[in-house]
Formats: sequence, structure tokens, C-alpha cells
Amino acid sequence: MRQSWWKALCVVLLAYTIIGGLLLPVPRLDIVNETIRNLYFHVPMWFGMILLFFISCVYAIRYLNSGDLKEDMYSSEFIHVGILYSIMGMLTGMEWAQYTWGAAWSNDPKQLGTALVMLIYLSFLVLRGGIRDEEKRARISAVYNVFAFALMIPLLWVLPRMVDSLHPGNGGNPGFGAYDLDNSMRLVFYPAVIGWFLLGLWITTLRIRIRLIRSREEEQDLPD
Amino acid sequence: MRLHPLFMLVRKDLLMEWRQQHALFGVLLYAGATVFVVYIMNGQPAPKVWNALFWLVQLFVAVNAVAKSFLQEPPGRFRYYYTLAPPATFLAAKMIYSIVLLLLLSLVNLLLFTVLLGLPLEQTGLFVLVAALGSLSLSVVFTFLSAIAARAQQNAALMAILGFPLVTPVLMMLGNLALKAVSPVYQPGWWTLAGVLLLLDALVVALGIILFPFLWQE
Repeated sequence: MRQSWWKALCVVLLAYTIIGGLLLPVPRLDIVNETIRNLYFHVPMWFGMILLFFISCVYAIRYLNSGDLKEDMYSSEFIHVGILYSIMGMLTGMEWAQYTWGAAWSNDPKQLGTALVMLIYLSFLVLRGGIRDEEKRARISAVYNVFAFALMIPLLWVLPRMVDSLHPGNGGNPGFGAYDLDNSMRLVFYPAVIGWFLLGLWITTLRIRIRLIRSREEEQDLPD
Repeated sequence: MRLHPLFMLVRKDLLMEWRQQHALFGVLLYAGATVFVVYIMNGQPAPKVWNALFWLVQLFVAVNAVAKSFLQEPPGRFRYYYTLAPPATFLAAKMIYSIVLLLLLSLVNLLLFTVLLGLPLEQTGLFVLVAALGSLSLSVVFTFLSAIAARAQQNAALMAILGFPLVTPVLMMLGNLALKAVSPVYQPGWWTLAGVLLLLDALVVALGIILFPFLWQE
């Protein structure tokens, strides 16, 4: 399934996000001001990350059902790109927080949640790295993948109930929560979410193709 | 008389624990040494710090105690167990054994804290109850992770790095629940929080029972 229409769509949407996101009018809010434009770059990273991890978990379940090593390879590549997205989301968020909250790191539940997610998936990479046997690596990492993803969702839901949030829209802060996301911002925000997600998908498919080519080359190198 | 395999397996683990006393005393000594280090570094802390330190020590004791559930068995022996009981029963037996062990250890831990760091509790009974809930929560998560670490032929360190991010929110919930026993603060939604924690434990057990057969296959 090598179609290119969605790659074109991705380029168009991201070009629109960058140009429209920086130039179109945004509501003036106290403290936040122009930094509200970070919404188009920072928040889609989180949506993208969760979606990529979700797809990875689906492939892990498919692997457990079928035992096809290709599914395992897909699953692990989605994790790699998901981790990339989590790092980008963290950096864009911390930079924004440095100027809006006065510190790059404050005890915000969303930051804590992301830090936990990053630790979970980085330890996943450590787990995979430690196992030599391919079949065994695939099975054990698929089991951990499903276990961690299924637990992560309720844990992330619990966190904000334990510590107060500084995020816009929480605890009386001015912001762009669901209720006051301005209509003009929606026009850029939704395309941005789709565009960044497609970019993540694109990067993953490229990584998967590289892996496939490499494994084919390795097979050819083997003496018959 | 032939007992259900679940009881047989739990009994076997507990009997082994009792007969190989060096392992049990090793873990007890680990708990004692940890509390002693905390005492030396910090003296007798304020109640809130006391609470935080207690859960921190619980975490480390849990990693070391529960790691034994799967990691102490030689890999070849799993094949033998496979012929004795279905995987779900085997995992359940290991979880029960871990819970019993950690319940005992948390009482020992509490005793050591009382002796060395003082007892700044308003409601000791409630705190013991929360500590029991904590033992349950930590045991079930770490038992499953120790199964993963054992299958990956790794040590307790892998279990710790896999487990710490997963149990951090659980520890936060436990610390908050225990705070009610530590200081007379008004805590709305205490029962909801306790209920959520129990539901989470049920989720861990359910996931473990679904996923363990895959881990078990050779």
C-alpha cells in the first residue's frame, strides 16, 4: 500500500499550519499573548504520540495473535517515532513554560505524565535491547507493550487529580480549553493535529522500509 | 488429599521461603539496613516527610522482595511447572505469595520506622490498612514485571526500570491515602481514591492473567 496522496496532504496541512499558525489572528489573552500559537505545534505532538503508541500497541496485539515477526517490527518502529514525538512535545512545552510560567519545569501533572510515559517507553527499548533471540524479544516486548499501554491510560487520568495543573484552562488560568478554543484557532488547530500525525506516520513508514531493505540485504549476505 | 493446584503452589513457595531462611532473612535485613540508612541521614523527620520516606522504603523493599517470585526459580523449572498447572493459576499463586511476603515486610518496615523514626500517626489502624493496600498494589505489578524480567533472562534491575514509572502514580495515591492517617487534614474523595486504586489492582491482575500465557510459551 504505497500511496502518496496522504503524503501530499501532510505537506499541504503542515505548510498551512506553519504559515497560518504564525500569521492568522489569535485571541489576546493575559500572560499567554502571542505564545498561544504554540498550541499548533506543542499540543499535536501529544495527540500524535498517543496515537503512535496506540498503533504500536495494536501491532503488539496482532503479533501475539499471529506470531508474524513483521508485526513486531512495525510495533517497535511506531514506538521509536512515538518517543521522538514525546521529546519534541516536551521541548516545545518546556520552552513555552520558561516564558509563560517562569520555569521550564514545574510540578505540573501533564509534565509528570509525559515524563512517566517517556520513562515507560525508554525502558521498553532497554528491555528489547537486552534480548538476543528474535522470537523471544518480540513476544516479551509485545507483552510489556500491551501491559504498559493499558495501565498508562488510567494512570495518566489519575495524575491530574493528585497535583494541581498550571496548564491553560486548568485551575482558573486563562487558556484555550475545549470551551474557549476560539473558532479562528480551530481552523488551524485541527489541520495541524492531522498534519503532524501524518508526518509521524510517514517517518515510521520510511523507518520500516529501511528495516525491510536491511533485513533483505542481510539475507542475501548469508552464504547458502 | 489433593488440594487445588493454586493452594499447592502457594504452599510450596511459602514452605520454600521458610526452609531457605537465608533468603527471607536477607530481605528482612535489607529492609532493616534501608531504614537504618534513612534514620542516619535524616533523624526523626516531620510527619509528612515520614510518610514519604515510608513509601520510598516500601518501594525498594518491594522490588527486592517480589523480584524473588520469578527470578529465584531456575529457568528450567518453569517447564516442570508448566506440566502441573495452567499459566493463569501459576501467576495467581505467585501473586498471592508476593502479597503475603510483602504484607509481612510492610509490618516489619512499620515496626522499624516506629522504633527508629518515631510514630507520628494520628490513626495507626488506618495507616496499617493503607500499608496493606500498598503491599497488594506493589506486589501484583512487580510480580508480573518479575515474570517479564525472568523470561528476558535479566535481573532485578530491569524489573526496577520497567516498574518505577508504572508504580510512581500508585505510590502518589498511596502517599495521599496514608496522609489521612498521618495528619488530621480534610481530604475529600478519600474513598473514591481508594476505590480507584483497588480498580487499578484488579486491572493489573486481569491484564496479567490475559498476557501471562504468551510470556510463558517457549
